Order: sequence, then C-alpha cells, then structure tokens
Amino acid sequence: MSIITNINKVFDHRIRLGIMSILMVNEYADFNTLKELLGATDGNLASHAKALEKATYISVEKQFIGRKPNTRYATTKLGRAAFKKHIDALEKLINTQ
Amino acid sequence: MEPKDYLKDITEIKQLMNKSSRFISLSGLSGVLAGIYAIIGATVAYWLVEGYSDGTLILEGKTYGLVLLDLALIAFLSIVTAVVLTTKKAKKQDEKVWDNTSKRLVVNFLIPLLTGGIYILIVLNQQKYGLTAALMLIFYGLALINASKYSIGNIRYLGFIQTILGLICALFPDYGFWIWVLGFGVMHIIYGLWMHIKFDTNY
Repeated sequence: MSIITNINKVFDHRIRLGIMSILMVNEYADFNTLKELLGATDGNLASHAKALEKATYISVEKQFIGRKPNTRYATTKLGRAAFKKHIDALEKLINTQ
Repeated sequence: MEPKDYLKDITEIKQLMNKSSRFISLSGLSGVLAGIYAIIGATVAYWLVEGYSDGTLILEGKTYGLVLLDLALIAFLSIVTAVVLTTKKAKKQDEKVWDNTSKRLVVNFLIPLLTGGIYILIVLNQQKYGLTAALMLIFYGLALINASKYSIGNIRYLGFIQTILGLICALFPDYGFWIWVLGFGVMHIIYGLWMHIKFDTNY
C-alpha cells in the first residue's frame, strides 16, 4: 500500500490547508480573521470554505453582530480526524525522502 | 506535488497555527526591566524596614503603607514598560497589538493573578503577613503557566520556576525577602535576556 493513499484531496490547496490549520487551534474563527491571516480574497476564501463545508470538515454559523452579517467557522469531529490523518501522511512522506 | 511542497505545507501549517492562536510580540526586554524594577523596589523596601522600624513590619505602621506603595509602583512600572515595549515590537513585526490572541493572553494571565492579589489582601487584613512573598510568587507563577498557552517563549517554564520558588519560600518564611528578590528580580532578568536574544533580535 502506498502512503499516498492517506493524502486527502480535499486539503490539496494552500487556502484549505490554511483554514483547517487555523481552526484546529481555535474554537472558531470568523470570515474576516481567516481572510486577514491567509491573505486571500473574499471570493477565493468563500469558495474554499464552501468545499470544506461540503465535505462536512467544517461547520458554518451565520449570525448578525448589530447590523453586520458575521460568518463563523469551526471544525467538525470528522474534519479534525481527516486533517490529522493528512498531516501524518505529509510527515511520513517527508521523512521517507 | 513535489516533496519540497509537502515540507512547505507543514511549515506553513505550523506558522498559521502559531500566528492565529498565540501572541508573538511579547518583548523580552520588558522582562529584564521588570526584574530591575523589582530589585530596586526590594532595596527600597529593605532600607525602609531596616532603617525605620528596626526590622519589624507592623500592619498599621507608616512603613507598611510605604512598602505597599513601593510594591504598587513596581507593578505599575513593569506593566507600563511591558505595554510600551510590546506595542513597539508588534509594530515592527506588522502585527496588531490588541487582537484575539493578545486579549486571550491578558485574560488568562489576569485570572490567577487577580485571584491571588485579592487573596493576599484578605490575609493581610487578617494580620497574617508571614507568607505574602510566597503567595505572590505562587500566584504569579500560576498566572504565567495559565497564560503560556497563548504566547511564545516558553513562559511556562518561568511560571514553574516562580511557583516552585513560592513553595520553597513558604517552607522558609525567614528567607522570604531574598527568595522574592530571586524570583521577581533575578529570574526576570535572566529569562528576559534569554527571550530577548532568542526572539527579539531575529526581527
């Protein structure tokens, strides 16, 4: 069996890896925080967040703070497990080289 | 993907995890200065107690009030220095000073520290002032340990050192003054210097 099998296609992008990394160590993060930390554009971040949401790796919570809409993201249990597996696979790949 | 890319991924993941959850701009130099203030303050307190009340400290006395004022001044100057130097460092690193990470750091630092401070004031009012130095060291140490999750520089270890010194201090109350100087003065200077060399000079 190849170790490549544990590399998760859903995480195969810088922004998606970034979103997951931030959410792994924070209870939640809102859209603007993610945008600032990752240096991504609105559209770019939204589409990658959507992909992670579709895989049910992150959960999305929309609310209003005053009049401003605010979107909060958090990891799901499935997402955390998948991300850990992905990181382990990456580390193994690096170590075998 | 190239093997090089995986390594870059891992590095970037680690960076993002740190940046999003830890406040990285704590200034080491402010630790050194806090230590120096503590030593100067302790010298003043020593001189006050030895010189004016024959080595005894009475709760109602004028000397007691001056010693408390001396302690408050040390705390005040240390905090102001830390805020100023940290703001400077954050600006240099292009980081925000007051964001989620620094808020979390301050809140988690203050919870044990304020609890300890109030507790010390309560026991002082009950005329039990033998263990004040020990209590200050213990609660300060616990505050550092509690805050360490939200910052860099392993201030966790400084927290352990202060807490252990506090316990030793409780065992030997006669040396309370000197252990206090060792913890708040000498340890701050050593730790601050180490942090300054390790983290401040890279930027």
